[in-house]
Amino acid sequence: MLSAILVVGILASVFGLILGFAAIRFKVEGDPLVEKIDKLLPQTQCGQCGYPGCKPYAEAIANETAEINQCPPGGEQTIHDLADLLDRDILELNPDNGEVSEEKTVVYIDEETCIGCTLCIQACPIDAIVGAAKQMHTIIESECTGCDLCIPPCPVDCIHIKPVETELKTWQWDKPAILGINNPSSKANAR
Amino acid sequence: MMGKLFNFLGGIHIPQHKDVSTSSKVVSAKIPQRLILPLSQHIGSPSKPLVEIGQRVLKGEKIANADGYVSAPLHAPTSGQIEDIGDYPLPHPSGMLGQCIVIKPDNKDEWTSLTPHAGDYKTLNPSELRNIIRSSGIVGLGGAGFPTAIKHNPGPEREIETLILNGSECEPYITCDDMLMRERAKEIVCGLLIIKHAVQAKKCVIAIEDNKPIAIQSMQAAVKEFADSNIQVTVIPTIYPAGSEKQLIFTITGKEVPKNGLPFQVGVVCQNVGTTAAVYRAINHGEPLISRYVTVTGDVKNPKNLDVLFGTSAHELIEQCGGATGNGENNGDIRRIIIGGPMMGFAMQQVAIPIIKTSNCILVDANQSKDLQKRKFTMPCIRCGSCADVCPVNLLPQQLYWFSKAQELDRIQEYNLFDCIECGCCDTVCPSHIPLVQYYRFAKSEIWKRERETQKSDVARERHEFRQFRVERDKSEKAEKLRQKKAALKEREIKKDKESSKALENEGSSETKPKQPKNAAILAAMERVKAKKKNQQVTPKNTDDLTDAQKKLVKEIDDRRANQRKNNMSDANQKNESNSE
Repeated sequence: MLSAILVVGILASVFGLILGFAAIRFKVEGDPLVEKIDKLLPQTQCGQCGYPGCKPYAEAIANETAEINQCPPGGEQTIHDLADLLDRDILELNPDNGEVSEEKTVVYIDEETCIGCTLCIQACPIDAIVGAAKQMHTIIESECTGCDLCIPPCPVDCIHIKPVETELKTWQWDKPAILGINNPSSKANAR
Repeated sequence: MMGKLFNFLGGIHIPQHKDVSTSSKVVSAKIPQRLILPLSQHIGSPSKPLVEIGQRVLKGEKIANADGYVSAPLHAPTSGQIEDIGDYPLPHPSGMLGQCIVIKPDNKDEWTSLTPHAGDYKTLNPSELRNIIRSSGIVGLGGAGFPTAIKHNPGPEREIETLILNGSECEPYITCDDMLMRERAKEIVCGLLIIKHAVQAKKCVIAIEDNKPIAIQSMQAAVKEFADSNIQVTVIPTIYPAGSEKQLIFTITGKEVPKNGLPFQVGVVCQNVGTTAAVYRAINHGEPLISRYVTVTGDVKNPKNLDVLFGTSAHELIEQCGGATGNGENNGDIRRIIIGGPMMGFAMQQVAIPIIKTSNCILVDANQSKDLQKRKFTMPCIRCGSCADVCPVNLLPQQLYWFSKAQELDRIQEYNLFDCIECGCCDTVCPSHIPLVQYYRFAKSEIWKRERETQKSDVARERHEFRQFRVERDKSEKAEKLRQKKAALKEREIKKDKESSKALENEGSSETKPKQPKNAAILAAMERVKAKKKNQQVTPKNTDDLTDAQKKLVKEIDDRRANQRKNNMSDANQKNESNSE
């Protein structure tokens, strides 16, 4: 009886020590789930989800304080991916957060009108606007994510939205239309 | 002599339609009114223009430089004047515009000075040969347009066992390689010897499909002339797609090129016959690549092969072949043209597009040939599995189709979508007429798009994180500066106090004695103002006999004014402070 208690007690303390050591030695820095969620978000940092950027939203999702359907730029795809990752139900995009825009857009500055106030530079979450006080500003188009955060602060309304143009490199084949015997467009699609 | 051949799985036998364009000899196409030369005629980055509008160029003069390693220069196909550098329609499935150099020929066809190396290619080492090939703008003429010089540079540690000359040309309708082998067999064999030297290959195999007996004969005769025992002409069975690089390598050597790999990894270099002839012209005559054989066939009156300068419009070639055939009211109306063959080519509605280095065939569809209009109504997949039987890459086309349709882009990659060569075999045999290849192309471009987006969002994340770091850093730097400034001020004050107390001790003077001359001046000024104010003191005259209400009003006004003054003073002070900051 005594020996049994002794053996179990020793075993328990040994395993306790191992576990305690492992908890310190293999401690994971940061929350890997947040990183994973952050990876799936489109990184526009637009704040349409109600959080000041993609990382805070990812943290909120990880803490289960936010739903997965609050990201309009990500659209359906992001909701799908998040649902997959977190094993949650797929939801419709929350209309309170905005609508999915069909087209990718970027902004450009009407350089004639710009007065060089630097307000847009301060608003840009990814430093994609260059310029100095009282100097004309311009947008680095290749970096612009189309979050449109620079538009409201502009005092002279010189920032405009334009769709991203398709180039030869980014041109895409269309998805074949679902054709059928009753679908008259199938003839037009015939190769 | 013939080595053992290996048959790849799959492939299909389809009507060839080749004899329609092989009956007449190849003639040079007329120099057109205008040559439009796209800057991107190859895989890799577009060339960079070297010329200016209005400049006169000679035939063979370099007009655009290679931009980077995977790129190729561009040469003027004839002498003339540069008319424009701008956007023109490209031979591309998107039908988009792209940068082109436009030359207005002067019809003198005047060559620039050339430096031929006739007969002495053996004295040049492989790297020198590669340089000449590269600067001659030679790219793979089989269709992909990969810069040839890169293909000839497998790296020092690789040994090339076999150099395969691809004369299989398996797609229906196309006959430009066939005609080239018939008419310029000697040049091809010469070019083959040069490439053999450049890649230090041990043996060469000229692979020709057995549906080109005349080409086989003429190639065999040419090989005999050169009496090189390491070159052999191998006749391979006609089956589509025997001419696809990886399939051809398997047929000849029995080796499979690894996934995402290149032929030199199995000790093979594969070259198209057209490319080989171009290498010969570049080395022996010093001529850059400025023209090629193009098959004009399909619904045209005189289908034939033409020797075409790059930049010639497809429309012009169709005219030179007698125009489109037709009967009834739509006589001669071109529905579309297909650049390349019916299996792997792409259709274009526009006819005024230039011939580029990779255009091997113009297939005209004017609603005449039944074969070109084979696509009928799409029906549901019946899971017959015919597509899997014919796939030359041993994929499961049906699975790929489902995944593409459902946009399951991760699953489709697990099923090796990117090994698909888009040969169109599955498409052809599908009893439900499902446009399978279109589904694969769509899935591929969707995956590329997703990859681009991921890359972009990664960059955005990085930039955002850096911005946050920068804002934090600026804030803390500012705070630090402020702290330092304050500390410095305090120190100075303490010093001042000390000094003044010292001075006090030393001089023992009265309290009113100014501490410093500046302070003294201020004090004096204040005294003066006080005195002045005293002198100017005005006593209000109508302050007697006021009612209580009036008195109250006066007091209110006075208070307000005093307040205002106070505010103004503090504002000014603040301004001064911020200015001094």
